Amino acid sequence: MTTTEPIAPTVNPLDAAPARPLWQVIFIRPVMLTVLLLILEPIVASVFWPQSLDLQYILSTFTLTAPLALMALVLTLVIIAGEIDLSPASSMALTACVFAAVQQAGVPFPLAAVICIGLGLVLGLFNAFLVVFLRLPSLIATIGTLTFYRGLAQVLAGDNSIKLPEWYMGLNLVTVFGIPVPDLIVLVAAILLALLLSATIFGRQVFQIGTNELAARHAGIRTRTIKTTLFATLGVVSALAGMMFVSQLGTVRYDLGLGGELQMVLMAMLGGTYIFGGRGSILGTFLAGWLLSIMTNAMNTASWLPATQFCLLGVLLIVSIIVTNFIYSRTQR
Amino acid sequence: MLKRTLLAGMAALGLAVTFSSGAFAGHDFKIVYIGKNTGNPYFDSITGGFQDACKQIGCQFEFVAPATAEATSQIPLIDAQVQKGVNVIAIAPNSPDAMNQALDAARAKGILVLAVNGDLVGNESHRDANILPVDFTKTGPNQVELMGSLIGYKGDIAILSATTEAPDQNTWIAAMKKTLADDPKYKDMKLVATVYGDDQPEKSTTEMEGLLSNYPNLVGVIAPTTVGVAAAAQVVQQRGIADKVHVTGLGLPSEMKDFIKDGTVKAFQLWSPYNEGWLAAYFADGVLNKTIDNKVGTKFDVPTLGSITIGDKNVMNTQAELTTFDASNIDKFNF
Repeated sequence: MTTTEPIAPTVNPLDAAPARPLWQVIFIRPVMLTVLLLILEPIVASVFWPQSLDLQYILSTFTLTAPLALMALVLTLVIIAGEIDLSPASSMALTACVFAAVQQAGVPFPLAAVICIGLGLVLGLFNAFLVVFLRLPSLIATIGTLTFYRGLAQVLAGDNSIKLPEWYMGLNLVTVFGIPVPDLIVLVAAILLALLLSATIFGRQVFQIGTNELAARHAGIRTRTIKTTLFATLGVVSALAGMMFVSQLGTVRYDLGLGGELQMVLMAMLGGTYIFGGRGSILGTFLAGWLLSIMTNAMNTASWLPATQFCLLGVLLIVSIIVTNFIYSRTQR
Repeated sequence: MLKRTLLAGMAALGLAVTFSSGAFAGHDFKIVYIGKNTGNPYFDSITGGFQDACKQIGCQFEFVAPATAEATSQIPLIDAQVQKGVNVIAIAPNSPDAMNQALDAARAKGILVLAVNGDLVGNESHRDANILPVDFTKTGPNQVELMGSLIGYKGDIAILSATTEAPDQNTWIAAMKKTLADDPKYKDMKLVATVYGDDQPEKSTTEMEGLLSNYPNLVGVIAPTTVGVAAAAQVVQQRGIADKVHVTGLGLPSEMKDFIKDGTVKAFQLWSPYNEGWLAAYFADGVLNKTIDNKVGTKFDVPTLGSITIGDKNVMNTQAELTTFDASNIDKFNF
């Protein structure tokens, strides 16, 4: 950055710093790691596990990741706003159990759906209550609700699985232009959320809160309202994700999506969302969801045992965090 | 059948390449066993049976398992095996119904689906056949009789089980209670508690210690799970109370050998998980090569096991009664 050109004394030195070249602005960003891996994976897989590279297979197996991916997209907003929510997988299990149980008790589908989504809203608002109004650290508060919601699901639903009505099953077998509906739902949600985040005032404000909450509040942004909205939305989306998931299974048990919170955080981190807030993208999380699904497929067709799979995913997570931190520390956004 | 499998497989694979080297040879089929979860020694034994049988038959065997026994955890594995184009999927199901769709998709491609060591209770139409070690309705009564013989058919007893929802254990416990209530032979035996160790050594140990302090008159504990019986025996061994509290249940000979040798445990029961794998492989070979008709009532011979009959709902058992292990025979078994 040294230059022999004399700097005019009237010019602020910061302004005089040369702008980053365009190619850097475009390519040196955390999401490129995901893109790179998405390109690399098929090349590696084509050599070792060619069976995993079947478009139909990739699309149909993503339906199992779709509920988590859907929640991870909203979680990305929460993380950008400087908070975290580890409870959505448990909320999904609880709302889905209630959804199935009330239908089994004779409640018609529309009402059951309303109850399920309403419960999701309540669960999300409860998280917001703990984090926004009681000002508990969201990491600890949502570890609490993660356990609480899952426990509640087991208390309410017992240990047996609850069947869904026959007609409700098989959403994942319905395809539009050859793409299973759950995949499309994730795609549409990603587009909407990406627009919300990048093209609306609300989106800007989410970034501002995550960058510096105090400054955001002084600038007149209603940080508490926005955070409450985000937690509530995640609650609602977890209920929707559950409704989508159980249509594929035809049955639900309290352990639905057990451990899913880790995969969701993995998607967000792998997609280049900054764990301390203020930075991240929906595109990144969306691509990371696909990457995770495709990689798991490849490892499953290779019959890798879970321990080996976890090692690889763990290394990937660490690498992605290092890369994200490195890039963000070197570049001024 | 095999040809149809291949054709369906090819069509499904699309651009992908199949590595089914010499799959047209009738005995060189691919069989996979999907366990409940990894790190479970019980499945090593079943896997051993598959491996040895495949060495005899000429088939290719592979074992896979998810990290947890959560209901949906096996679905991606089923999908992956279908994608790989295996001929037989054998599975120890983690859920009686969550995998229906995935298994149906596999069967639609001509894959033979076998439930091994556990069944899709209530959803039997989603698998081709079921292989169980013994007629599980005998487990409860057999265990009560063994306990009775150890304690002179008199005194307070308790049950240390796996998880509260474990379907097998719950069936057996129900049968034990029924046997104790109905058979006058056991009228002086009183079941005072049923506790759950979740198939975790630490929790099982804690529960066992809880039983001993809560019920000072306890003379026997039945643990119908391999983890539980080993943990219970450990507690009794440490406290040196083997002459007062008798532990029995379902255990693995390899894990229980030391307790039998030092007298902590007089006798326990189990079946041979090894034979389940062995039978499943031979059955698959017979069905794929059309030497076994997969119908209720069909009889066929399997090396070392003798004659096997396909029972109601296409269920097969490898043995008629539970095997009782004690000091006289424990050295003959190594699983």
